[in-house]
Amino acid sequence: MTEIEEHGGVATASAADAPTEQLPPVRPGPGSAAGPDGAGAVGRLSSLETRDLSAWFGDHKVLERVSLTMAPGEVTALIGPSGCGKSTYLRILNRMHEMVKSAQLAGQVLLDGADIYSPGRRPADVRARVGMVFQRPNPFPAMSIYDNVVSGLKLAGIRAGKARRDELVETSLTQAGLWIEVRNRLRAPGGALSGGQQQRLCIARSLAVEPDVLLMDEPCSALDPTSTRRVEETIADLRGRLTIVIVTHNMQQAARVSQSCAFFLATHDTPGRIVEAGPTRQLFEDPQDERTSDYVNGRFG
Amino acid sequence: MSTIDAGVGLAEDLFGPTPPTGPGPAAAPAPGGDTPIKIIPGVSRGDRIFRVLFRSAGLSVFAIMGLIALFLIIRGAQALRITGWSFLTEQRWQTEAARFGVGAVLPDGIIIAVIALLIAVPVALSAALWISEYAPSGLRRTLISLVDLMAAVPSIVYGLWGLVFLTPRIIGFERWLSTHLGGVLPFLKVRNPEIATSYTQSAFIAGVVVALMIIPVVCSLSREVFSQAPTGEREGAYALGSTRWGMVRTVVLPFGRGGMIGAVMLGFGRAMGETIAVALIISPVFAVTSHPLQAGGNSISSLIALRYGESDKVALSALMAAGLVLFAITLLVNMVASAIISRSRSGAATNE
Repeated sequence: MTEIEEHGGVATASAADAPTEQLPPVRPGPGSAAGPDGAGAVGRLSSLETRDLSAWFGDHKVLERVSLTMAPGEVTALIGPSGCGKSTYLRILNRMHEMVKSAQLAGQVLLDGADIYSPGRRPADVRARVGMVFQRPNPFPAMSIYDNVVSGLKLAGIRAGKARRDELVETSLTQAGLWIEVRNRLRAPGGALSGGQQQRLCIARSLAVEPDVLLMDEPCSALDPTSTRRVEETIADLRGRLTIVIVTHNMQQAARVSQSCAFFLATHDTPGRIVEAGPTRQLFEDPQDERTSDYVNGRFG
Repeated sequence: MSTIDAGVGLAEDLFGPTPPTGPGPAAAPAPGGDTPIKIIPGVSRGDRIFRVLFRSAGLSVFAIMGLIALFLIIRGAQALRITGWSFLTEQRWQTEAARFGVGAVLPDGIIIAVIALLIAVPVALSAALWISEYAPSGLRRTLISLVDLMAAVPSIVYGLWGLVFLTPRIIGFERWLSTHLGGVLPFLKVRNPEIATSYTQSAFIAGVVVALMIIPVVCSLSREVFSQAPTGEREGAYALGSTRWGMVRTVVLPFGRGGMIGAVMLGFGRAMGETIAVALIISPVFAVTSHPLQAGGNSISSLIALRYGESDKVALSALMAAGLVLFAITLLVNMVASAIISRSRSGAATNE
């Protein structure tokens, strides 16, 4: 019940169907540099899986034995009421969790079968492969739009020539659905954009380092409805190109953008667990657990 | 948060500016005429007392500054009448012969301050960066209070330390600098390089001591600014696969740039005004310092401190005039510094 069976059919199909020219032309960079498992080959999609993942802040346990598989090339939505541990779970997936002092965890996070927490693995390498978009848009405000997009290359130590950077800026901004709006003012500072544009700039920035997985932590909760729609369209476009995990409070959004869904729940004396996980349609139309049905139908949370 | 340049985007993409910063509902038309109404908020008695109290406290700052300037102008007027504008250029200080001016002491003081900055700024900024970004949090608190404590040490203590402890120990370094770099940088040469006393009482030693005094100021101001770099942007950099140094370069340093400049200028202001440590160390010479490693140097504040006791009426007035020049310069430097700090992003909150 608490584990998603891999929807291998859908995933492999989308991976195979994805026309090559839709993908960024070359995929060198972080993947090949970071992964001993040789991920990052053209068109290869990464799977992400957690096994018996528990997390603590100090003595307070916030997650208990969460096992979940996020299928390659799919969008997995994490839903649940506030404080159920889903954001913590997301931050564990790219090792942002350990930046909080007193944060601890147990269990395994497998990216293409290799534990990202295995000893000696550098957090920066993991984060270059598993990108993240935050709740609050956080572009580098004084930096130009262009430099914002390619900032990740410099930060992750990826070398790229001028032509390659130009190309990357265009493809990333196009994928993020921002290219048309900003192509004439790439030298304007990133902080001058509207909130929704900033968020799409952040998505473009994450895509430019060509990650295998993109994590999104309530990416639309600070945005107006129009911007939200644009971001959702972006997510839909990205499906099949990389693995996406999105935390959202908005049930309709989860239903619109995701193929799989996991429902997290914590009560005041128990840490967060997955109550139910499976294909989004099933979770919304035929939930197996009464609590899931109550939540998705808006009876609590 | 600025609005969008609407002329560029395509029509379908025109999102409104995010937060309503402009005149919003306030511009609602009055029911009667279409003219702005006068808004008169109710004020309680307590509010009024509070306002008067704090307004006068705030305004007293201007009053005090104004009175100091006025005092210096009145007392310095006699001397300034004697010399006229040549007060700013005359290097000698012979009050009986009516030949005196800040032509030497002012640049000498600036030289000491610049030496102090050259030493203090790299040390203070790296210390600030390390304390705010790298130090383990237990150590961080201790270091912060230690730096603050350093600022609280009286300047006479620094001066005595420089005179008694530092001078005999730094001569070797001065000699090394002079012999090894003197060929490339001729100003590092000294007269009679073989005699140790050629190196004592130099502008360089005074600069080192003043550097120690401004390090805590520069360090604690810039650390404060660094620590305010927004968490969101820090996490954004990390999430892109950045190392800590990469994050510092992309987020913390650009954010702190204005604060750093301001801190350095405030440090410069303090270095210019530093009196007792300089007065203790240098042997006053009324000529522009050309060889900072060599004995001799000067500054306005040490001149005042050293000459005050032995001055007649004109000489005292001349010291007041010199003080006025120093007051004007430090005021200017501090004003520019605070303008830079408040204009930069460092002073203001970011996103919303």
